[in-house]
Amino acid sequence: MAHATISGAPAHGGQGSVPPGHHVQGGHDEHHDHESLKTFGFWMFLITDCILFGTLFATYLVLRFNTSGGPTAEELFQMPIIIAETFILLTSSFTSGLAVLEMKKGNKKGLIGWLAVTAALGAAFIALEVSEFVHLVHEGATISTSAFLSAFFTLVGTHGLHVTVGLVWMIALMIQLAQRGITPVTDRKVTIISLYWHFLDVVWIFVFSLVYLLGVM
Amino acid sequence: MAQHQTVSNGHGGHNGGHGGGHGSLKSYVIGFALSIVLTIIPLVVVMNGMLGRVGMTVVVLAAATLQFIVQLVFFMHIREEEKPRYNLMALLLGILLLLTIVIGSIWIMSMNVVAH
Repeated sequence: MAHATISGAPAHGGQGSVPPGHHVQGGHDEHHDHESLKTFGFWMFLITDCILFGTLFATYLVLRFNTSGGPTAEELFQMPIIIAETFILLTSSFTSGLAVLEMKKGNKKGLIGWLAVTAALGAAFIALEVSEFVHLVHEGATISTSAFLSAFFTLVGTHGLHVTVGLVWMIALMIQLAQRGITPVTDRKVTIISLYWHFLDVVWIFVFSLVYLLGVM
Repeated sequence: MAQHQTVSNGHGGHNGGHGGGHGSLKSYVIGFALSIVLTIIPLVVVMNGMLGRVGMTVVVLAAATLQFIVQLVFFMHIREEEKPRYNLMALLLGILLLLTIVIGSIWIMSMNVVAH
């Protein structure tokens, strides 16, 4: 059913992605423009998200020495776990790229397979982060201990939340891909989640550098 | 199976006309290798306490910035965008705002005696 749309016929078909009021003339071309506009819209979201993280980074950098007699960054951070998290996330960014490559080849199994690997790596990252937070709280370093820790948990926690949302989204998309196959709509969705995942990797690189590396220096 | 053939042909041909926008296996592998190297360099420098405080900060910031560019070029394909480079322009505006917020906050708060 869904494939009727792709094979050049006007995009009137049963696909929910074309708004009712949308005047379709050019068939595939029009549809493609619509999908690429959505990708552009997602770039806009990423840029606003960048500014959100920028604000949290600024807060952290300003407050990082205000430990109020509590533990400092140097005493708290366990670098082996952080290094493992970093390499897991870098690898998952790579595997999400491989998923997009498989999609371009039209290989649905390969696409879902690499997305599953990416999701598994993302889940491993979240598990390590949660265990790190639990460890910190056991050490008596909670979000209300000092301004430094409030800023730390807000920044790192916001990134973790983004990864968790991406994970749920990716699993939902894998189900949709299994049902519908590779269509222009699922193609765009995979492109977008891949962009999102690379973006999270970029944010983590700055968390790793500015929070952890500068913290233990 | 035959259906998928149509999909990939039609779509691939279409994108080909626009200059693609999703890279190749080679570009992903290069990007991945570079990002690993750019993670290990600051890590080794900081963990072994090489260089002074300022030197280490410069290395960490430089590696992070390069890594950001690697991700944009090799993974997010910012260079393969279609003609009017709206994504890139919007991104540059975003980075300008971001640096203003971060550097401005640090600068203002460094004037604040109570904060220290």
